[in-house]
Amino acid sequence: MSTVKVTDDTFKAEVLDSDVPVLVDFWATWCGPCRMVAPILEELSDEYEGKIKIVKLDTDENQATAMAYGIFSIPTLNVYQNGEVVKSIVGARPKRALVEEIEQVLSPAE
Amino acid sequence: MTEQQTATTVHDVVIVGSGPAGYTAAIYAARAGLEPVVVAGSVTAGGALMNTTEVENFPGFPAGIQGPDLMDAMREQAEKFGARVVWDDAEQVDLGGDVKTVVTGGGETFHARSVILATGSAYRELGLPEEKRLSGRGISWCATCDGFFFRDQHIAVVGGGDSAMEEATFLTRFASKVTIVHRRDTLRASKIMADRATNDPKIEFAWNSEVAGVSGENKVEAVTLRDTATGETRELPVTGVFVAIGHEPRTDLVKGQIDLDPNGYVLVEGRTTRTNLPGVFACGDAVDHTYRQAITAAGSGCAAALDAQAYLDEIAH
Repeated sequence: MSTVKVTDDTFKAEVLDSDVPVLVDFWATWCGPCRMVAPILEELSDEYEGKIKIVKLDTDENQATAMAYGIFSIPTLNVYQNGEVVKSIVGARPKRALVEEIEQVLSPAE
Repeated sequence: MTEQQTATTVHDVVIVGSGPAGYTAAIYAARAGLEPVVVAGSVTAGGALMNTTEVENFPGFPAGIQGPDLMDAMREQAEKFGARVVWDDAEQVDLGGDVKTVVTGGGETFHARSVILATGSAYRELGLPEEKRLSGRGISWCATCDGFFFRDQHIAVVGGGDSAMEEATFLTRFASKVTIVHRRDTLRASKIMADRATNDPKIEFAWNSEVAGVSGENKVEAVTLRDTATGETRELPVTGVFVAIGHEPRTDLVKGQIDLDPNGYVLVEGRTTRTNLPGVFACGDAVDHTYRQAITAAGSGCAAALDAQAYLDEIAH
């Protein structure tokens, strides 16, 4: 499944109230490194379908949510579980690094 | 391509890096029929220009072009002529011998008769203990990415070169005030960039000052400036610190295998791109500590492809 776009209005329903963990990509069109992570997130969205939901929030159009979560740098990838931020990854990372981060969320016992 | 095929194929040329140097080398090598493989990097692909906005000095674009768009166009041009782009990092190389190997982070191994190093440079850090903790929480290396989040705030830009001036000028779109913190009393930046910054009513200068510390619990609240002449310190209340104090060549990958200068730049022979190892060429910011422009990187990428082509011709005979 490809990534879903969320907005200030849909953030609660899509992210905070989700039954599965949600990774939110805080991004914007002008951000070069965001362009580099975007295709990686599409792949991960397919590979982790049903286990974790991956969504994108355009910080330019949805400033309230970006401000509420203290986003100062993009891309920032926040993982939400039961409405709480359980992980915050700032800056673009290679796919295998993101896989590790996601695996940690899915199986917290190290 | 399957694992087995890659294990047995020996390419003519593998290019490590994908800024203007890497992609230009790929365009020339591809047009020469060498079917280059470009190990472009996972998140650094496109190189330094991916973090810029308007590029005003690349010939052929009188209206300017966005850095990421320019890099997309170069990649497309290379692919059009048959270059293969691999979106992964080169994590290990073996550059000795007739057949060289490049191993990616994902475990794919490429064998090639020649290698072009175009690994570029990375941002220099301030070297302060708070830097890691507050990075992404007010400390940034990418004005175009993060400037937006500092609307109506006071920002410090550290540095005195073109990139510092560019960042400062760009940040005035958002910030209420920008203070350029520079260790000297004159700028290193080109005249047009320096004039633009000096004439900007939102930009102030803290001359002869260096950043001695950054404070803030969960986000930046102030920087401590130290006067480079008197040693006196003072606090500057800012919420953002954009660091533009230069670059370090990204040559850790090849350290110990090819000759580097004391600052880590790859040493090449005279005006060529030849390193001390036969069949290994280097171009772009990994070599160039002087000019460091998109166009000079592209030019040296072209030279590297031609040098590699000449080398391949030579060993074939």
